[in-house]
Amino acid sequence: MDLPPFLLEFLQALAAGVMVGGAYALMCIGLGIIFGSMRVINFAQGDFLMLGMYVAFYLTTGYGILAFLGPYAGPIIAAFLAGPVVFAVGWLVHRFIVSRVTGLGAAASEGAGAYGQIIVTLGLSLILQNGGLIVLGSTPTGIRTPLSRSSWEIGPILLNQARVVSFLVAVALVVAVYLFLGRTRTGKGLRAAADNSTAAIYMGIDVDRAHRIAWSLGVGITAIAGGLLASSQSFQPYVGFDFVIVMYAGVVLGGLGSILGAFWGGLLIGIVQQMSTLVLPYQLQNTAIFVVFLLIIFLRPQGLFGQLSERT
Amino acid sequence: MKSAAARRRWAIVAVAVVVLIVSLVIRSAYYQLVLTQVLLWAVLSLAWNILSGYSGYFSFGHAAFWGLGAYTVTLGMINLDLTPWLGIPLAAIVGGLAGAVIGYPTFRLRGHYFALAMLAYPLAMLYVFQWLGYQELSLPMKRDAPLLYMQFADQRAYVVLALGLLVVALAVSLRVENSRFGMALLAIKQNEPAAEAAGIDTWRWKMRAIMLSGALAGMAGGLYAVVLLVVTPESVFGMLVSAQPLILALFGGVGSLWGPVIGAVVLVPLAEGLNGELGDVLPGIQGVVYGVAIILIILGAPEGVYWRLRDRFAKPRAAPLIAAEPVPAVTRSDARPTNRGDLLALRGIGISFGGLRALDNVDLVVREGSLHGVIGPNGAGKTTLFNVVNGFLAPDAGEIRFGGDQLTGLRPNQVCRRGIGRTFQVVRAFPRMTVLENVVVGAFVGAHDDRAAEQMARAALDRVGLADRAAALAGGLTTRELRLMELARALAPLPRLVLLDETFAGLGHDDLGGILDVIRRVREEGVTVLIIEHTMQAMVRLVDEFSVLDHGKLIAAGRPDEIVRDRRVIEAYLGRRWMDRVTDAVA
Repeated sequence: MDLPPFLLEFLQALAAGVMVGGAYALMCIGLGIIFGSMRVINFAQGDFLMLGMYVAFYLTTGYGILAFLGPYAGPIIAAFLAGPVVFAVGWLVHRFIVSRVTGLGAAASEGAGAYGQIIVTLGLSLILQNGGLIVLGSTPTGIRTPLSRSSWEIGPILLNQARVVSFLVAVALVVAVYLFLGRTRTGKGLRAAADNSTAAIYMGIDVDRAHRIAWSLGVGITAIAGGLLASSQSFQPYVGFDFVIVMYAGVVLGGLGSILGAFWGGLLIGIVQQMSTLVLPYQLQNTAIFVVFLLIIFLRPQGLFGQLSERT
Repeated sequence: MKSAAARRRWAIVAVAVVVLIVSLVIRSAYYQLVLTQVLLWAVLSLAWNILSGYSGYFSFGHAAFWGLGAYTVTLGMINLDLTPWLGIPLAAIVGGLAGAVIGYPTFRLRGHYFALAMLAYPLAMLYVFQWLGYQELSLPMKRDAPLLYMQFADQRAYVVLALGLLVVALAVSLRVENSRFGMALLAIKQNEPAAEAAGIDTWRWKMRAIMLSGALAGMAGGLYAVVLLVVTPESVFGMLVSAQPLILALFGGVGSLWGPVIGAVVLVPLAEGLNGELGDVLPGIQGVVYGVAIILIILGAPEGVYWRLRDRFAKPRAAPLIAAEPVPAVTRSDARPTNRGDLLALRGIGISFGGLRALDNVDLVVREGSLHGVIGPNGAGKTTLFNVVNGFLAPDAGEIRFGGDQLTGLRPNQVCRRGIGRTFQVVRAFPRMTVLENVVVGAFVGAHDDRAAEQMARAALDRVGLADRAAALAGGLTTRELRLMELARALAPLPRLVLLDETFAGLGHDDLGGILDVIRRVREEGVTVLIIEHTMQAMVRLVDEFSVLDHGKLIAAGRPDEIVRDRRVIEAYLGRRWMDRVTDAVA
């Protein structure tokens, strides 16, 4: 099959975008759960993702705990295990730090009073990044598996196997999270607390606990996305920063508070990022994301799936 | 106010002298470099504070201005052989312009969205400058003319330059704080719709603030490049640069003159010192210290060091801002007798929210000097009607005329300027300002200078009988006092028409009588009053004319005695039982 070169490049970039977009979608859902339910801008979200990457890294390579699982299953199981580990870290961080500046009053006010939480997450981000630098060192590292070096060919298009696997796993997880939020009691409580915390309290929902679950779940899910990405790209302690804008762009694109929106938003951002290499130099890849991000904020702040509520 | 400003001017001089003495005492070039950095970061933090501290629009992107300033000076020197003496002023212009370019689209956003959008600008610039190939630029050495190119052998010269910049930043901040500029920004921070409705052109003040802020930040960034001699995109556009002014200001106290300076004096040497001592062993120690510092400060003293100290040591501000002077009677000179024709005329007004027709073909005429009531059940469109008149909402159909002017399409502050004041269903006060300051904000529209504004504000407080509470903080008022204060704020610029939105809501029976008297008096003084209300009984005794809204349509208009007998009104709104009671009250 002979395709014109530009079409081939286009399809190749599209495929790469969808593959990387799967992991982006997963991390966006993590952030979306936090932003949607707590209305907190979590600057440290990218750094929790970085934690997820390192947890997966040390589980597979560093101490080789999971070495017995082999080079194929090991990294994936490790990525999954990064979830609970970071969930626990998130739980503690929320219990002792974040919960003291969030909660009912903060969720209600979008104005000047709501900045304490942003500052706290900024502080967390600085500590995680720079603490990571001290503890983990600044040398870029990565999980190398046979998968990351080989690809499948679908017609003329090459698909990196590690990315395909992480895409499939991410999509499966997205479905699981979606079902959890929609079907389980805890999930419904989270959504109620997100929708109207005051009313949720009257309905007997422990909003503080709901927030803690949302926060921990959010950072845990994002950490799994990080763990999945760890086998297809190199990283260092500052890597979370590259993903903060990816995540916010995805979540805002999808519409704040919409889990489905976060999924599509993350996927689209992955596609935009990869497609931009067709027209822009490689260094400007992330600039394309900023441009998309700003365009959404200006043109359709409610996002693709969100609804704008007007109050005067 | 005068003496306080003078005291703070002297404090600025004192700080400058202390810094000069310190720079003479310390001999090590390294410590002088640290001192220079303290001063420059204090300038950036003050610049940030002018926008974000006063107006409440938090910027996570001040690195954009700082970085553009640094690159302006560096590129100017490399490519055009431009001396920093001119490059730094140029950096101010570039920073100010960048402020305008960034502010113009971004101020359409509020709250979190604004903060997030601001975050994106410097990061986008970072990648662009990397791509342009400006990875690491060094300022060329000019051994033949070091003075001309700001290349001093003695590090103390840079201390003096940075100090000069700090004094400028402090003086500018002080000037902002003590003028209607600062007052407008504070009002925006505390309640932007109320500020806009009180006649403050919020858009223009915000633009001014971000341009001024960008200019100061640009200058500081430019001097930073001169001092460090090397510029990289990460070091000037990076996240830590954007975070720094915010952290310093939060630590010291947001929205205060000295907060950013306190933050810089404490945190910058701490971080630099640790970095110098331990940087080799623990490379990220500076960031960790900042992170821990801001978390501790937010958990322990969220208002910042300055406000914490001030609350502890300063005497409570009980006295009025200015010694009370006899208040000259300020009323409208063109106050007219009643019944002089139509003042406000709405024709065919319609507006939809999604599928809901909130107002549908509404015609409404308010005669000059009348006291006109708008009634209707919940959701009838009463508040929407006010929002359309005062410019919060643009109607999809119809036109509004006021006097001879066309109001349709004007912004709220422009509507206010033409002589329409309003109050809100849920009182929109500026809670951290005094009652007098709240009303002064409203008076700015009608006053030539700040002094006149204060006189008009005092007169308005007199008119509503709240003069004795002038010095109280608005946050501590009762509902009755809040209603009166809001009324005074609307009356202060001497409007021809005031829109009162459910002024009686939440008031007990005793409070009601007093407010009714005030409203009657206002009307007798020549101000036309349009009032929305639920409390039928009070309204029947108060107004000359009724308009009745139901489901967005005007279903009746006329004198109270006609309205209460109107079958359509009774059916739509009052119900049969009301009719007997109300007719009794009228009789």
